[in-house]
Amino acid sequence: MLKTTPLNAAHRAMNAKMVDFGGWDMPLHYGSQLDEHHIVRRDAGMFDVSHMLAVDMRGENVRQFLRGLVANNVDKLTVPGKALYTCMLNPAGGIIDDLIIYFLSESWFRLVVNAGTADKDIDWITSQAHQLAPDLTITPRRDLAMIAVQGPNARAKVWAVIPGSQVVTENLKPFQSVELGDYFIARTGYTGEDGFEITLPAGQAADFWQKLHAAGVAPAGLGARDTLRLEAGMNLYGQDMSETVGPLESGLAWTVDLKSERDFIGKQALQAQPVSQQLAGLVLLDKGVLRSHQKVIARQGEGEITSGGFSPTMNQSIALARIPVGVAAGDQVHVVVRDKQLAAKVVKYPFVRNGQVLV
Amino acid sequence: MSVPAELKYTESHEWVRLEADGSVTVGITQHAQELLGDMVFVQLPDVGRTLAQREDCAVVESVKAASDIYAPVGGEVIAANTDVESSPEKINEDCYAAWLFRLKPASADEIGGLLDAGGYQKLLDSEAH
Repeated sequence: MLKTTPLNAAHRAMNAKMVDFGGWDMPLHYGSQLDEHHIVRRDAGMFDVSHMLAVDMRGENVRQFLRGLVANNVDKLTVPGKALYTCMLNPAGGIIDDLIIYFLSESWFRLVVNAGTADKDIDWITSQAHQLAPDLTITPRRDLAMIAVQGPNARAKVWAVIPGSQVVTENLKPFQSVELGDYFIARTGYTGEDGFEITLPAGQAADFWQKLHAAGVAPAGLGARDTLRLEAGMNLYGQDMSETVGPLESGLAWTVDLKSERDFIGKQALQAQPVSQQLAGLVLLDKGVLRSHQKVIARQGEGEITSGGFSPTMNQSIALARIPVGVAAGDQVHVVVRDKQLAAKVVKYPFVRNGQVLV
Repeated sequence: MSVPAELKYTESHEWVRLEADGSVTVGITQHAQELLGDMVFVQLPDVGRTLAQREDCAVVESVKAASDIYAPVGGEVIAANTDVESSPEKINEDCYAAWLFRLKPASADEIGGLLDAGGYQKLLDSEAH
């Protein structure tokens, strides 16, 4: 039996092609994945991301607990509403999950974790808290829905739908959030475009979805979400990183704070391991489509595509690949596609941001 | 689901049209097109290449996945539709107009073994359940 979000009926009413996504019955597209991709780059689209899980952590020592739990440093969170992207590592330095942490007050932080890893994450966090901070309360919020509204016109269209939202959100910077009644509005996303991720009570989600639609926000499925995040150079857990690969080999060194005195789970392992691989961008020079698990051949050694696909914005194939550290942007490599070796150029990603091609 | 009565079909979701000159035209069915979604890349066999029946000879790739195309019957490739190579989306627009390649069959026997529209419809019905 597949799990469903509060918007399941709304997707079906909009003729979504539904797929099993890690045990969740989710919309792949509503007719054309390409059209949905372009609408997000050019106007505004909305994604049901209610399969992801918000986890509220409350208690006096929550910040201290999070200092040791995750690889980024929650002490960067000084203003309530501010959000931080981070990895949660195991003691070997592998990635249990990537998540966003919202600082709401000194006694209340909210984590948003991936759908496929949610149960594992809760188990891990609970077991760590049991040892280190037994007075914390950890509450998975399956009573909430999450809708991402993304695109250059996304914020204005949300303002038209939620009364009073413009005045409290127009000065939010990226990775800031605010509560407005039942709505929790964050200027975050997974597309490389401006917009909001809005958390609200599950019972209000379908009505809000319809109002956004009436305001000219197009529904977009997981297919477009994947091509948009790939163009934006954003990692996908389970593809570009996993429990057996660390953040330093996954293009996420910027999210790991090794400078402070603070200890965190996985720190020792990261400091002890030499880094021999890096995550890099590839742009295919020949015709074809790059896909995950294809072999990459460079002068310095071999690597593998972790996420590949067709970039609708660039009209050519792009990929993220884990390759030897010596390979530099501008180098040419080869990718084994079926019986051929196709030429690809190594680039610094993101490929696309705010509608503009950067490579 | 559109399954034109005048065409023949394969279990791997190619359609086959018997032409007046004895050649056959090959494409992918509406069912295959819908499963794959927006097409972004097509690679066709070279004209002059001789194919065995069920030999994988072409590739169509959508935003979602790559799919091999198999020769419905053995024979020589006498034409490839370069139009769909440059505009793969034509397969989504009308998969029965956007043919992929033409073959000169090596033997008539293999044509007789293809599914007719009724047989293909039954296959689709069974896959749906």
